[in-house]
Amino acid sequence: MQKYDALIVGGGHNGLVAACYLQRSGLNVAVLEKNGWVGGAATSRELTPGFLYSNCSYVCSLFRPEIMRDLELPKHGLQVIAYEGGAVFTRDGDYLASYRDHDSHRREFARYSKRDAEAYERYARDVTRQCRFIQPLLMRTAPDPFGFRPRDLSEFLYLARKFGEFSPQEMAETLRFWTMSISDFLDEYFETDVIKAYLALSGIIGTALGPMSPGTAYVLLHHYMGEVDGSVGAWGYARGGMGAVTQALARSFEASGGTIRTDAEVSKILTRGGRTTGVVLANGDEVSARLVVSNADVKRTFLKLVDEDTLPGDFVHRVRHFKMRGSSGKVNIALDSLPAFPALPEGSSCIRGDMHFTDSIERMERAYDDWKAGRWSADPFLDMVIPTTLDPTMASPGKHFMSCFVQYCPPKLQGRDWTDADRDAFAETVIGQIADYSPGFRERIVHMEVRTPREIENEVGLTEGNIFQGELTFDQLLFNRPVPGYAQYRSPISGLYMCGSSTHPGGGVMGAPGRNAAAEILRDLKRSPEQMSKAHDVI
Amino acid sequence: MNAMTKSAAELRRAARNHILAPRLESPFHDRLMALSEVNDWYNWAGYKAPHALFDGELEYFAIRSTAALFDISPMVKYRIAGPDAERYLNRLTLRDVRKLGVNRVHYTAWCDDHGHVLDDGTLFRLGKNEFRLCCQERHLPWLLDSAFGFAVDIHEETEEIAGLALQGPTSYAVLRDAGFAGVEQLKPFHIGAFPHEDGDVTISRTGFTGDLGYELFVPRARALSLWDRVWRAGAPHTIRAIGYGALNQARIEAGFIVANTDFVTAEGALRADRVRMPDEIGLDWLVDPDKPNFNGRRAILDARRNQSLKHILVGLEIEGNIPAEHAIVYHRQKHEAGLVTAAIWSPTAKRNIAIASLERPYGSKFTEDLWVEIYAMRELKYQKLMKRAKIVPRPFVRLARRTASPPGLT
Repeated sequence: MQKYDALIVGGGHNGLVAACYLQRSGLNVAVLEKNGWVGGAATSRELTPGFLYSNCSYVCSLFRPEIMRDLELPKHGLQVIAYEGGAVFTRDGDYLASYRDHDSHRREFARYSKRDAEAYERYARDVTRQCRFIQPLLMRTAPDPFGFRPRDLSEFLYLARKFGEFSPQEMAETLRFWTMSISDFLDEYFETDVIKAYLALSGIIGTALGPMSPGTAYVLLHHYMGEVDGSVGAWGYARGGMGAVTQALARSFEASGGTIRTDAEVSKILTRGGRTTGVVLANGDEVSARLVVSNADVKRTFLKLVDEDTLPGDFVHRVRHFKMRGSSGKVNIALDSLPAFPALPEGSSCIRGDMHFTDSIERMERAYDDWKAGRWSADPFLDMVIPTTLDPTMASPGKHFMSCFVQYCPPKLQGRDWTDADRDAFAETVIGQIADYSPGFRERIVHMEVRTPREIENEVGLTEGNIFQGELTFDQLLFNRPVPGYAQYRSPISGLYMCGSSTHPGGGVMGAPGRNAAAEILRDLKRSPEQMSKAHDVI
Repeated sequence: MNAMTKSAAELRRAARNHILAPRLESPFHDRLMALSEVNDWYNWAGYKAPHALFDGELEYFAIRSTAALFDISPMVKYRIAGPDAERYLNRLTLRDVRKLGVNRVHYTAWCDDHGHVLDDGTLFRLGKNEFRLCCQERHLPWLLDSAFGFAVDIHEETEEIAGLALQGPTSYAVLRDAGFAGVEQLKPFHIGAFPHEDGDVTISRTGFTGDLGYELFVPRARALSLWDRVWRAGAPHTIRAIGYGALNQARIEAGFIVANTDFVTAEGALRADRVRMPDEIGLDWLVDPDKPNFNGRRAILDARRNQSLKHILVGLEIEGNIPAEHAIVYHRQKHEAGLVTAAIWSPTAKRNIAIASLERPYGSKFTEDLWVEIYAMRELKYQKLMKRAKIVPRPFVRLARRTASPPGLT
């Protein structure tokens, strides 16, 4: 029986980040991954010859630069390429583009409304202010109001001081921002449907809420607080697909002496006397360790891998009610040529960015209505990118990989399980929408992978296929994520930690939960986190 | 529907190609392009604008010795009209618009509810109920939101209206010889309409140089013919087209401030402590407490009464001849007191001058023993200089010809 200092349950990006930091701090760490590859929801897979698929997550912005540097990820092959704006196609054959150039962006908005064009400035300023407030909190453990140790007190003071840097107006804005719907928020700045629809996208991605649901303004913030090389809010493609992130982490981990075991599904986390002692694998093997760090989501970890009788009842109750609702699907497509979008001018940069077809908030909300009724959206909202327009490594010249994130898509169809026929009908809804704007689209398709919450849960292990391991609403953030009293990566079982996106600061390929969890573990081991550089200042 | 009028959707579609020219070209671009010897362009509010056309230092002397033609088309312009226009602008801006006569201009500023300056600019009263507001930054949402409850129409006309500044001692002579009869009647801050082609050109005796000078506005379609008319008449008076580098020198000499250079506008500031009240950027003289309520009034008057103003803008004269751009200002060479926002060696005053933002009580209570630390990069080495600075009144250069009436010919 092998013995390690620490076992990481699941080789997603956060598990690998935690593994890297712990291994570099002198622990003997093994990552146990159920699939034949690591990566979790950040993978690049050759699902048809000649095409690499970013088949889950598909764009990169949130991944913390401090982690990239600490773990030497560039040396291990990670490159992130910033992309240009994007576009929403409108039903009348036009589009609204987004451009990196400030004045082009304004002039594009001015095609629809001069007022909105000039309002963008104020909007961007207000959102940036909120980002500047939240950014420094990402790489810190949230204070625990239940413990109130000196450390928690000082974290609370830090929070209060951060907040105190705000003027009273800004404090009021923050509270409103964290609780408002993205639709209401945008109404305060803009008058044009398509502009609001474009900006609302980030408020609903990955969330089982509609743009009119309170709390969605914060979700938007979550998508804006990333950066590419210091350009806050910018998004990019990982060169080689999102698997490049986790492959670089895996290489960094192995280079520092860590062990990765694939096809090693953990079926049970062992405990004795309130302490973890290791895990049992699906094949019956036991692996022992004094520390177990779960990268699986909080529901999977505590409702499937740990015996309930070892857990406090209220904790179990709260885990069961942690909102982790499946709301999205994914259609990944290999194309034998670049699709044409006649609305776009020749050579438009939009095709290299994110593209969408939902030109009003109302359409978005109606798409959500279908989800509430237990159906996939008949007129879904797509976040569509073609990374091969900038990344030459994912397909051969002239060929393209297209990633379509699709919302809304329920975990069950009116209470029953998905069938293959449902999945195919769902895909047809998506392809039909694209083909409406791109003649000849179907003929370009070489291969397609369709993922409903069923496929995402089965392969990646995300409960209900929820991409954030739990929704990013204010009731599930900071010291309430995932469970009040257990927001500092520890669990009711000694030696068992959480490091996935179910923990603060939440989902997206950010790596911060993994890093923060490693910091807490090292603190418990009374080791100084020497390998961990300080979070970058926000000045 | 009338087949001649394009639908909004058609107009919108026709505008798609803006992306092919990410930098707008001013209505005068063809002329500027032909005159540009050094191809030194910069981005002014989305427009391609010349930083210099032939030689920034020599261009300056066109302003101070002959006549300089400077394209101000990129300046943001709003047309504000309607029965409530005066009342609306009086609520919006700091000065009393009731005192602004028809065919007059005044320099003004406007604030948010907290008394923080949103921008400064010039307000042209073109008629009883018709105004043009010219400024550096864009404010359409603010202007429209402020219009709630007023019968007023607000129209952004930056791209529609071309603007030219003609500045310098021979600028009047140029306009006279260009055939603008009666232009000699214009006193400082007066406006007149003069025939040009099938329409009018609006000429005001205003400028940003502290010199004798005029500003000319025409609809875009008549821009080039206006330029040519002025240019032809200007040849014997040694007219030169200039870029921003030269204008910037003249404006510092004149003591004028530039939004988002000498202060950060309230809508642009990300950091809560960067905003400024009028009294903190030398605009206290614009605030008219006796006029009816205006935006920011209470906050400004409270700050005055409670003496809670935190900053002050001052003119500095610095020993030596090394411009102190962005230098830190110290009190007793020790305590940080503020920052220089603009600085040049003034060719006309023959002095090393600067505009600085100081943190009170420096500049208000402590006005002596001020120093600036200049990091002069010389051949890849910083020469660190600690130079004595003296607070002096602005403008640094005061020219009698600026206000002479009738205007002089040279």
